[in-house]
Amino acid sequence: MRDEATFRVKAGLAEMLKGGVIMDVVNAEQAKIAEDAGAAAVMALERVPADIRRDGGVARMSDPILIKGIQEAVTIPVMAKARIGHFAEAQVLEALEVDYIDESEVLTPADEANHIDKWGFKVPFVCGATHLGEALRRIGEGAAMIRSKGEAGTGDIVEAVRHLRSIRSEIRRLGTLDDMELATAAKELQSPLDLVRQVAADQKLPVVLFCAGGIATPADASLVMQLGAQGVFVGSGIFKSSNPSERAKAIVEATTHFKDPARVAQASEGLGEAMQSLETRKLEDQQLLATRGW
Amino acid sequence: MLEDLGAEVREVRVPADLDGLDGLVMPGGESTTMTLGIQREGLGDPLRDFVRSGKPVLGTCAGMIMLDREHLGVMDTLARRNAFGRQIRSFEEDLEIPGIEGPVRAVFIRAPWLAEYGDAVEILAEVDGHPVAARQDNMLVISFHPEIAGETRVHELFLQGLKP
Repeated sequence: MRDEATFRVKAGLAEMLKGGVIMDVVNAEQAKIAEDAGAAAVMALERVPADIRRDGGVARMSDPILIKGIQEAVTIPVMAKARIGHFAEAQVLEALEVDYIDESEVLTPADEANHIDKWGFKVPFVCGATHLGEALRRIGEGAAMIRSKGEAGTGDIVEAVRHLRSIRSEIRRLGTLDDMELATAAKELQSPLDLVRQVAADQKLPVVLFCAGGIATPADASLVMQLGAQGVFVGSGIFKSSNPSERAKAIVEATTHFKDPARVAQASEGLGEAMQSLETRKLEDQQLLATRGW
Repeated sequence: MLEDLGAEVREVRVPADLDGLDGLVMPGGESTTMTLGIQREGLGDPLRDFVRSGKPVLGTCAGMIMLDREHLGVMDTLARRNAFGRQIRSFEEDLEIPGIEGPVRAVFIRAPWLAEYGDAVEILAEVDGHPVAARQDNMLVISFHPEIAGETRVHELFLQGLKP
């Protein structure tokens, strides 16, 4: 008997991307550069996060014509972003047969109370999280992959590190609790108890965990991989740098060889200017993207 | 999964990692990404030498692609990439595989099938009339992921080939 869109079919694609780099692209030309540099997948969006920050306004799903162009240009998986809670954008992306939908805080939220019911879709979803409770709520809603949020479009790795460390250390803490305490932890995390129990026992999320938001250099990629990310998303870090193709290749190489400092050093040589960066600590609260999502 | 079955496992990222291995799994992943990685690391010839040494090789999904005529060129097959379509067409179903008793739960993720194959290739299973499992000499290839369904018997078959 054939079953489509089972949870393991959805989560399985993320398993295939482990150890890889997923790159933000806005058009087919960028997608081709990303694929040729060794990206495991590309993420289609209207503007890269640094431009969303600079230009402001409402950031939405990409024009379908651009997504189709990207799908024709590359053979690697094509992901695309929908606004938080905007299930109609997600329906459009499913109709376009994108391989993964990112319900993303980088776009302007469409619903300030509810996330999309991801169980209702055949296409799998990836969602951002700043801590374990948020990750488990998204998985409870049907997300088949999680990325730590970081602070997109800054080129500042500090928030990515904070979120990744938070998720990983909360997982470790669950491992020290007994059954009664786990029920309390589920309440505190505002997460489903069955998922909390599962994470406590397995000492990992039930889906693949990538890191996003602020990765700008090969060493950044190595850092988050050593902190337990299973792969990385790079947004503005590539196409807002002075030499996107070489930087993309270097970040792929450093992600593969994250445990080998000599290889990370080699990959870091002569890449030109990194993206123009912003120190997250100096941003106003209303400029933060990671706080979107509930 | 191989560790759970009692094997000692090492990830191969550079040619030196192949030294001393008794068998090799070419795993799932993105075949384009893997092809670039093999080129970057100079792994092409070392991998071909390993396969030709006669040691058991298991290729799953992208691994099936990497072994074919157009990639490493060690297996007399031509894989069609993403043959079943995009992720929305990914699926799981039960397969019968010779040498394994009872159905194997096979998870197909943007999976390939064999579009062409030579006389030396034995087809072990088909879906919709297309080969999804095959063997040639020391190489066993499957276009699906048994490990995602917790299915261990294909990997056991591979490990049995390691025994003297």
